[in-house]
Amino acid sequence: MLLELWERGCLPLCSGGKSCLCCLCPEGCLPRRSRHRASLVLASSSAYKRFSELLPKEERENACSTRVPKSQILTLPELRANPFQHRICRVFSTSDNGDDSMSFEDFLDMLSVFSDSAPSDIKSHYAFRIFDFDDDGTLDRKDLEKLVNCLTGQGEESRLSNAEMEQLIRNILEESDIDKDGTINLSEFQHVVSRSPDFTSSFKIIL
Amino acid sequence: MEQDQAAVGPRTCRGDRSDSRSVEAEARRTEKPPSSPTVGELAQTLLGARQAPAPGDCAAPRCRRSRPYRPLLKSQSRSGEGQARGPEEEGGELAARPAREYPLTIAEKRRLRDCQQADIKYISGWKQWKRTSSKSLKKVLNEVRELLSFLELWRHDIHSIEGKFGTGIQSYFSFLRFLVLLNFIIFILMFSFVTLPSIISKYGIFNSSFTKTPLKNIEPHCTVYKPSGNMGLVYFYTYLKDLLSGTGFLEVTSLFYGYYTIDAAWLRILRYNLPLAYLLATFAYLALSLLWIIKRSVEGFKQNLVHDEDQFQSYCNKVFAGWDFCITDPNAAQLKHRSLQYELQTDLEEERLKRKIADRTMKEKLRIYSLRLFINIIVIAVLSGCFYAIYRATVFSQENSNDVSNTNFQANLLVQYLPSIVITLANFIAPQIFSFLIRFEDYSPAFEIRLTLMRCVFVRLANIGVLLFSLWSQISYCATDECKACGYNYELYPCWESEVGQEMYKLMIFDFIILLAGTLFVDFPRKLLVTHCSCKPVQWCGLQEFGISDNVLEIIYGQTICWIGTFFSPLLPAIATIKYFLIFYIKKISLIHTRKPAARPIRASSSNFFFLVVLLIGLVLAFIPLGISIAYIPSSKACGPFRSFNTSWAVVPDTILGFPTGLQQVLHGIASEAFAVPFFMVICLIMFYFIALAGAHKRVVEQLREQLMMESHDKLFLIRKITEAQRHP
Repeated sequence: MLLELWERGCLPLCSGGKSCLCCLCPEGCLPRRSRHRASLVLASSSAYKRFSELLPKEERENACSTRVPKSQILTLPELRANPFQHRICRVFSTSDNGDDSMSFEDFLDMLSVFSDSAPSDIKSHYAFRIFDFDDDGTLDRKDLEKLVNCLTGQGEESRLSNAEMEQLIRNILEESDIDKDGTINLSEFQHVVSRSPDFTSSFKIIL
Repeated sequence: MEQDQAAVGPRTCRGDRSDSRSVEAEARRTEKPPSSPTVGELAQTLLGARQAPAPGDCAAPRCRRSRPYRPLLKSQSRSGEGQARGPEEEGGELAARPAREYPLTIAEKRRLRDCQQADIKYISGWKQWKRTSSKSLKKVLNEVRELLSFLELWRHDIHSIEGKFGTGIQSYFSFLRFLVLLNFIIFILMFSFVTLPSIISKYGIFNSSFTKTPLKNIEPHCTVYKPSGNMGLVYFYTYLKDLLSGTGFLEVTSLFYGYYTIDAAWLRILRYNLPLAYLLATFAYLALSLLWIIKRSVEGFKQNLVHDEDQFQSYCNKVFAGWDFCITDPNAAQLKHRSLQYELQTDLEEERLKRKIADRTMKEKLRIYSLRLFINIIVIAVLSGCFYAIYRATVFSQENSNDVSNTNFQANLLVQYLPSIVITLANFIAPQIFSFLIRFEDYSPAFEIRLTLMRCVFVRLANIGVLLFSLWSQISYCATDECKACGYNYELYPCWESEVGQEMYKLMIFDFIILLAGTLFVDFPRKLLVTHCSCKPVQWCGLQEFGISDNVLEIIYGQTICWIGTFFSPLLPAIATIKYFLIFYIKKISLIHTRKPAARPIRASSSNFFFLVVLLIGLVLAFIPLGISIAYIPSSKACGPFRSFNTSWAVVPDTILGFPTGLQQVLHGIASEAFAVPFFMVICLIMFYFIALAGAHKRVVEQLREQLMMESHDKLFLIRKITEAQRHP
């Protein structure tokens, strides 16, 4: 009944199953009498639980409106081992002062993009933003270099040599740069990723 | 055009007129740059306009600006609603996309949803109904999909394996789950159409009965069949031997072909043609397996048709989809980094190698080709050795197991299982020899892996074929005239289909025992040794990797046995289902506790396609022995539903003769050459048409690419002109 009050099509579920409800309506959208039930359902969702665990005990009551600092977010096991953790925090954070802290809504945004049921063009849109290290709207050589270095690991011995990096970037641009301008823009990226068979199965986080 | 829309400013949501003016003003303030656009910004906007992927994409307006994303985030809450109107207006005729399909933050999605709902009042009743009905339909479909996903077997287990070991190994377990389901469905098919009617009619439930028509024109000696069923009080080990080799009490049960000695089952006045049902159920399960496998493999195949590039190994796939975001364990992440580095380096090296190969001189080529020819001869010699060993073992086993005087339990069991043992040894030794030999053939690393795999696949599947061939040579070996009258060796094999069924049963049981024994007696002691003993050679040996291809070949081998054996032993799919069910848990436990992750993991997408292709090869190879048994070898006259026919296939022409004349003529017409040749030609024409269509599509794609390239060049040219014009006004 509660679900019928909410527009279910608002947000994808962040992980399968009815126990996790990421569908939220902001306060004020729901009629008064159901706000209490809304908060009950909210409290039982696994996303909410994981988010409130990141906060210190005293702030857990109004987890909906507090922002969690980036250092706390990065302690999540799903992000801890991820080489793109900083970029993910940067992309999904709506914080005004650039400290990449995330509110609960940002957290849900992130989970909904990485969920199983997110459409693949949303995933590729956000993947493009995550890979765009200098935030200029295109993937140029520097971005690709940083991307490959993220993939192969942080140590000195795990990086590719300069010649190999050149060869690799040349091959990537040959395959994906359709208009031959030396950079990959969003539509070229989405086009090449739509032909990539592994993308949807690897670009997901399950709580 | 698209640019104009962006420059004019956001359209306001119709339902929100109160602050529209202020929103517009503010939006114009934030979006319009303070000074007249510099050439750089103009160039950016021009080039950025290329980024719009689709006219209905709400994200397009934002991306077009090609500004840094951060300032956009500030003005999102204001401009979001305006931009959200874009697709509404453009796509007015279409059902609006649900808010979830736009790449916006939650705050923006809420506004978009408010807009959409407010809009609903302003569109006509028909569109309103269309929109709401499509929304509710989508809701219902989602619910159904969610419910079905709960019913999925082992969903949680496979998710956790994916998180710890990556998608390559997860694809193996998904494949195992697919085989469990396939075998279960085949079992249901055979049980409901063959076993159930037989059991019902044999026990007279629901007033049913069965008939065994007396045979005419058959020599009486062919019909003598005395299986040693229930022999009263016997030693316990006889029971065990019977259980393990399918003889004795098991031979007379519904597990084997000999039980179905029924010509027709009667339920009051309804006649159930059991022989026809048996044959048609066989064809049905083969067709079902074929269609299901093809349906699953269509996805991977589609990629290859449109583009010639080797999609599974393309660099973009490896770099953009390389990292498994499911990985949660730092150790697994470290391994993934290393494997990605290794994979990228290998691919780059392979490309350099390809260029080197292209530069080879004639003398080198000659040397390498003659070396390859020599090694292929060695491979063929190894294969012939395996086949001959299997043939001799089968002949020996058949000759000695019919010798009843041998009462030593272990020796008897060993002789019974000799073909299985030899096949397992051959399946183990041959791949080791192949992977040793391939190093000398100087292929690129990826091709080496593929060729070794293909050779191993061939060895495994051909071994089964050789076993069956040697069985048949024994069965059809006829020295006396009496034997020739029956068409098969009636003295040793009065019911030869049950014998073949028993061999398949033994192969399956032995396969399972070896797997279990391997895990218990090799993997776990090795793990204990590596954990507790710290001497150098043991540590150097280390834990074994989870070799995906080896494991997959094992289960495909088991599945091929099941397909071939189901005709001779209708309850074999049930055994296969239980076997694969247990194998899942055995492999999972072995993986988690005793294996280290592979250094060179296979990618999930290429693995899936590879598994299904090999499974398809197994199925096609299963068609051959089955086809020969059904259509060529005379069916046994002493047991089974096909006693009164020459071969098992003969029941079909016989049934057709019972149809009305018109239908008979139609069917004869379809089977005749006058129909078959034109039909074949039409199929060829259709195939050529589709090939031509695919070629035309490829050319169109190429042309479109060139067009895109030229447009970008045009734009750069125009920008240069504008720059010049600005400099010299």
